[in-house]
Amino acid sequence: MKHHASFVYSEEQLSYKFSEDHPFNHLRLTLTYDLLKRLGTIDTSDIHPPRMATDEEIALFHDKPYIDAIKAAGEGNLSRGIANNYGIGTEDTPIFSNMHEAAALLVGGTLTAVDLVMEGKSKHALNMGGGLHHGFRGKASGFCIYNDSSIAIEYIRRHYGAKVLYVDTDAHHGDGVQWAFYDDPDVCTLSIHETGRYLFPGTGDVTEKGSGQGYGFSINIPVDAFTEDESFLENYEKSFREIIDFFKPDVLITQNGADAHYYDPLTHLSTSINVYHHIPRLAHKLAHEYCDGKWIAVGGGGYDMWRVVPRAWAMIWLEMTEQTHLLEQPLPQSWHSAWELKAPVHLPQTWLDPENMYPAIPRRSEITDKNRKTLEKALYHIRNEQRKKPN
Amino acid sequence: MLVEEIMQSNPIHISDGTTIETAMDLIHQHKIRHIPVVDSSHILKGIVSDRDIRDASPSIFHVNEFKEDMKRPVSTIMKYPVITAHPLDFIEEAAVILYENDISALPVVEDDDKLKGILTETEVLHTLVRLTGAHQPSSRIEVKVSNVPGQLAAISSIFKEAQVNVTSVLVYPGTIPNTKFLTFRVQTMDPRQLIHNIEKLGYETKWPRVPGLNE
Repeated sequence: MKHHASFVYSEEQLSYKFSEDHPFNHLRLTLTYDLLKRLGTIDTSDIHPPRMATDEEIALFHDKPYIDAIKAAGEGNLSRGIANNYGIGTEDTPIFSNMHEAAALLVGGTLTAVDLVMEGKSKHALNMGGGLHHGFRGKASGFCIYNDSSIAIEYIRRHYGAKVLYVDTDAHHGDGVQWAFYDDPDVCTLSIHETGRYLFPGTGDVTEKGSGQGYGFSINIPVDAFTEDESFLENYEKSFREIIDFFKPDVLITQNGADAHYYDPLTHLSTSINVYHHIPRLAHKLAHEYCDGKWIAVGGGGYDMWRVVPRAWAMIWLEMTEQTHLLEQPLPQSWHSAWELKAPVHLPQTWLDPENMYPAIPRRSEITDKNRKTLEKALYHIRNEQRKKPN
Repeated sequence: MLVEEIMQSNPIHISDGTTIETAMDLIHQHKIRHIPVVDSSHILKGIVSDRDIRDASPSIFHVNEFKEDMKRPVSTIMKYPVITAHPLDFIEEAAVILYENDISALPVVEDDDKLKGILTETEVLHTLVRLTGAHQPSSRIEVKVSNVPGQLAAISSIFKEAQVNVTSVLVYPGTIPNTKFLTFRVQTMDPRQLIHNIEKLGYETKWPRVPGLNE
């Protein structure tokens, strides 16, 4: 069975590992891959191992001294003081052996996905190992060393000259990617996230809209803590449709952080797995409507790696390969048996969450109203611009 | 932080002979609301605001009447003497002057009265944003403490032990007497352990609240 989609994966991606008890754990990739394999939804011919990104490619976005510092740190040759200036050696982004190689492989994975799609070898491609959206030009931040999406977007601009729409549904603001293209009118970024009032990184206010030539091409929809499925999806669908119609990109990149779920320990949103069924569905549809199918999906956050991430990310692949009818069946028993002893929590039996997963959220309608107002503000500029266009 | 560190140096300025019309054009062109007026030796003589200009310009219902008024020199409408700040004033002093006089811009002059810069609400607000640390990737932790010595040190030592960098600290009075809130922005995406350690010492932390509900 040959699909129109490619799955970028190898066990070596798991070398991006800070420590045993760090919340960012790429065992998520294996859990998801194993689930898809046991479902019989993935063929060996679908799988493409990631390549290593070259220094020149990483330098499309990152500063040379920063890359050198990451290399030195990975070899154990960087002092603590210098490391801290580059945002590494911290609680969030500790130093680990060969961290440059591990991070460069995640970048290479996203570039592999880009090449497959842009060279027409595949309509869609998924690299769950990517989506490290907090990485800055010269500083690591929020578990992210190299920012694969920023590098991939710059790579697409240079090699293929295509206009890129980047859509980020991680519960944290996609700050690294946003600031990278803040003044660029050929790259449009949409980030839907929990408000930064308490949550890291704190930015992503609706008033951040881009600067100079890029004004209007950075769109932020910060939703309130405790936001549930319906309101989250309403904001996602309306903004995505209007923005893609306004911007008319050549290629779509989605960042699929799976940390907006009620179970996620780091955030305060209250969505269910249902959201992760709908997110790739709309992306898939719009990629065909506007970008001739060109869609690259990357992973991102997701800190309940047992109950949430494998189902959420498997749903991206099932959507890409039009196999979502399988969601009506229970999860494969063999996947359970393989992992349940290793999991500290009960693994889910079904694709969807039970109705009574969490106690009812008081003031749901206030939260929904507030999110609607945020959406209005976020889309105000492009709605005005759309009105000015001659039809 | 000093006024000279955040003021706009070399601000747009005019002389007292400049016409009101020119001043109006400058205000529109540069999207500003205040223009200092100086003499030939750059000594501050007055200030013209967008409100002064609006008062002098014809109503939108009479745009073509009294056009000659706009050719008058700004000296006829400028305000003087001018309330000013010194480059070495603290920002909080300048903020008090703005607040107490209910104005939104302060020309900055040294003892010779020569114009050095201008400080507006925008710079003061931007400084507030920087002080709150909200422009740097960080999580926010709010802790309720009693109004007695040593509380800030007790909480800070938790951050020190965990080797987590603090980007800003704000201390503000609580709604209940004898309490204070300490608000930190800390450079971590995972503040769970920190919050746990703070609560273990018996402090109360604040979490995102449901909109519309009071605590």
